[in-house]
Amino acid sequence: MATPSAPAAPAAAAAKTNRIGLDVLPYRGSKTTLCAGCGHNAISERIIDACYELGIHPHRIVKLSGIGCSSKSPAYFLGQSFGFNSVHGRMPSIATGALLANRTLQAIGVSGDGDTASIGMGQFIHLMRRNLPLVYIIEDNGVYGLTKGQFSAMADQGSKAKNGVINDLPALDICAMAIQAGATFVGRSFSGDKKQLSEMLKAALAHRGTVMLDVISPCVTFNDHEGSTKSYKYVKEHEEPLQEVSFVPSYEDIHIDYDPGTTTAVTLHDGSQLRLKKLGRDYNPLDKVGALHTLTETYEKGEVLTGVFYVNTEKPDFSALLNLVDEPLATLPESKVRPPKAVLEQVMEGLK
Amino acid sequence: MATADAGAVEITLPTDRLVNDFSLQVATVNGSGSQSANLVLLRTLFQMGIPVSGKNLFPSNIAGLPTWYTIRASKHGYIARKKEIDLVVAMNPETAREDVLGLEPGAAVLYDEPLNLSSLRQDLVFYAVPFDKIVATVCPEVKLRKLVRNMIYVGVLAHLLHMDVAEVEKALRKQFKKKQKAADLNWAAVQAGLDYAKTNLQKKDRCWLERMNGTAGKIIIDGNAAAALGCLFAGVTVVGWYPITPSSSLCESLIEYMKRYRIDPETGKATFAIVQAEDELASIGMVLGAGWMGARSMTSTSGPGISLMAEFVGLGYYAELPGVIFDVQRVGPSTGLPTRTAQGEIGFISSLGHGDTKHIMLLPGTVEECYSLAIDAFDLAEEFQTPVFVLSDLDLGMNNWMSEPFQYPSKPLNRGKVLDAEALNKVQEYGRYRDVDGDGIPYRTLPGTAHAKAAYFTRGSGHNDKALYSEKPQDYVQNMDRLARKFNTARNHVPTPLLERVGGGKVGVIAYGTTHFALTESLDQLQQEANLDCGYLRLRAFPFNEDLRRFVEQHERVYVVEQNRDGQMYDLIRLDLPAELTTRLRSVRHYNGLPVDARSITSEILQQEARQA
Repeated sequence: MATPSAPAAPAAAAAKTNRIGLDVLPYRGSKTTLCAGCGHNAISERIIDACYELGIHPHRIVKLSGIGCSSKSPAYFLGQSFGFNSVHGRMPSIATGALLANRTLQAIGVSGDGDTASIGMGQFIHLMRRNLPLVYIIEDNGVYGLTKGQFSAMADQGSKAKNGVINDLPALDICAMAIQAGATFVGRSFSGDKKQLSEMLKAALAHRGTVMLDVISPCVTFNDHEGSTKSYKYVKEHEEPLQEVSFVPSYEDIHIDYDPGTTTAVTLHDGSQLRLKKLGRDYNPLDKVGALHTLTETYEKGEVLTGVFYVNTEKPDFSALLNLVDEPLATLPESKVRPPKAVLEQVMEGLK
Repeated sequence: MATADAGAVEITLPTDRLVNDFSLQVATVNGSGSQSANLVLLRTLFQMGIPVSGKNLFPSNIAGLPTWYTIRASKHGYIARKKEIDLVVAMNPETAREDVLGLEPGAAVLYDEPLNLSSLRQDLVFYAVPFDKIVATVCPEVKLRKLVRNMIYVGVLAHLLHMDVAEVEKALRKQFKKKQKAADLNWAAVQAGLDYAKTNLQKKDRCWLERMNGTAGKIIIDGNAAAALGCLFAGVTVVGWYPITPSSSLCESLIEYMKRYRIDPETGKATFAIVQAEDELASIGMVLGAGWMGARSMTSTSGPGISLMAEFVGLGYYAELPGVIFDVQRVGPSTGLPTRTAQGEIGFISSLGHGDTKHIMLLPGTVEECYSLAIDAFDLAEEFQTPVFVLSDLDLGMNNWMSEPFQYPSKPLNRGKVLDAEALNKVQEYGRYRDVDGDGIPYRTLPGTAHAKAAYFTRGSGHNDKALYSEKPQDYVQNMDRLARKFNTARNHVPTPLLERVGGGKVGVIAYGTTHFALTESLDQLQQEANLDCGYLRLRAFPFNEDLRRFVEQHERVYVVEQNRDGQMYDLIRLDLPAELTTRLRSVRHYNGLPVDARSITSEILQQEARQA
């Protein structure tokens, strides 16, 4: 066990461990209380897999969420990570304070389309704008699940609710908004697309800046019926992957050949690589204007485009912008945060 | 006896000299650059050793609306607002008539000549000064004239009131610091005013200044800058704020101090993060997120911001997150009187949030306490793992006050009950919300702690003492009772009330915050004019300790004096006292947007005392 005083290692000699010698147990959370078949549970599984596979110490991660079904899910993964189930739509501000207080930790923020796109829109946009290093996941099912199925602002126009009501307002294009506001890694995936979501999550954890992943995650209880555009069936039938997404971690040989003609390779902050192999459409994920153009075009056509829409590894993250000291502000010693007596005397002299 | 020429009627005016004991008011238009001139006047008096205070009564406006600045000289050391004005500088055509008509007989008016005010009344002393003509002679550049025009009244007053001219120049040079050109131009304007007064004005008013020794060693500072200094020396590291009058200058001062004194000399990097948030919903979220992570965090705001923070503050109480919130109180909602002062949020904040919440409130009454209670607030927030409020007001926060220099903190930072990995090794079973010591204060771990037992999941009140999700009635009750126990513990850890004056035993007075200055003057008036010797207890924090009960027990009647309509502190005290003592309480309330003055308190107490008899 890598943590100083973790419980005694499991007896089973054959227990499988990851690259830092931990088995999967510390990466698991408490038992889910969400509905059986909920897309959110699949996303929790992918988060567990990604962190286990990358060998991130659970205590180096913080999990943050707002309010709603999505926001309950951090209790169901990474049980040895600190978690914070905060206030409706306001996880971004908790994340901002927490990560400025300790810039050395990694953060996973879990929100929903209700939590993000209505009550949380103000904080969401400003989080993207600041490029705070955080993986922000929207578990997107088009409805408020915990209050029993009201439409969210990301429900598609014309989509039918369980009670037969048709949504007559257009969906907010949250990916385009995130890119426009300043997020530096923006993509969409589907809770039912295990491989794509896993690769995107691993790349997201290697990126230093705000990652915004809109993960369509059907609500089996309130939005999985005929006429809904967020049902498993509808999404499976309409998903249009933009690329084949793969991730090569920094500790593996990143020199494996790929065809630069068909694949864009993006070197991320920790030296790992995100590889995006084109499928059909000619697409450059480094081009902001092109990304906004493609998103608008596919939105108008009603396509469920998935993949990595935009990556920018050049823009400084928020803590770099603030020129913070390397060590966590939270635990700086008194000698670093309380100026000496001479400073007070100097200030007092100036006020006489 | 001097007389004013009033044609057929001869009016007798008072002639006794008011030496170092008068109020002068400058009435100008907002945005006309009068602030520099007024600060030069204030500093000149201060440098002459005369106890002085300055109050800015300004509109919610950048330019164009009327604004008043009152300077009070008091050899007795009274620095509250004085109701009566002895000398008006009338520069604003909009308000000049009203400014003049409101004066007591015998007062003086210095006015801009074209305003033609001398015909308004015959029982005042008038001085006409042609400001436009004078400014043209010292400032050839037409564009700059507006900026230096006000400096002329400084010169005129310097002559009329007998200021030490060398001190005027020193104050002016300090005001413009490195801006040599601006300093020279403004000094020329002062001299022009001085020359004009020497040649053309004959002293007829009663206000005189004489050098004395009442300010030696003292400093001048506003409460917001003082609070910012407190934050600096409290070791704050994360700040989230949103601009709102009258609190903006607190964080703006803090930014200046932090840039100067909190950049690591070795690396050139900042030991702090200050974020201008998108709103107060976000600024409080940043504070609590940082507090959860273990940082010393703060925000500053005023009433409307406090309303927006209510939900997060409630969560902060239940989830037990430290953070410091400065509320520089003002009047009413955003379109009320946002640039006027009040003590109107005591009741609201005491239980801010949803459900059964109550909060520690610190109540600075002086600029020194803005500094020292700010430091206490950070210690208390971490000691009690809860949001702590510091409530000042516009009068204290934005006006300049004299003070003794501040003392360097004598105690090290108190970071509260935090378990690190090493400490966790010695703990059998760790429970985040367990009352191990019986004081209601649990132990916490900080995110990032490398120990398998360290992590817990933070949520509101639905948890047991191990921070595990629970909706069981007994878990909820146990947690709520522990939170109440914690609040009780705080009673004896917050700043104690100060017994400012021991009276004759019959009548006692309780006050807090800026009411203090008017009250001390009022107690002298009550003693001198009505032979009423009152005891005075000044509250500095909520929750209250036993001193409050004892003080009420020792007096037959106790007046609670405060600056709000509904007697908010009076109510909190009534709730806290044994029922049999509550009938002793009386309430004195001031709520017109202006800082309370001594005369108003004196009159109200005497009226209520008369009803008593």
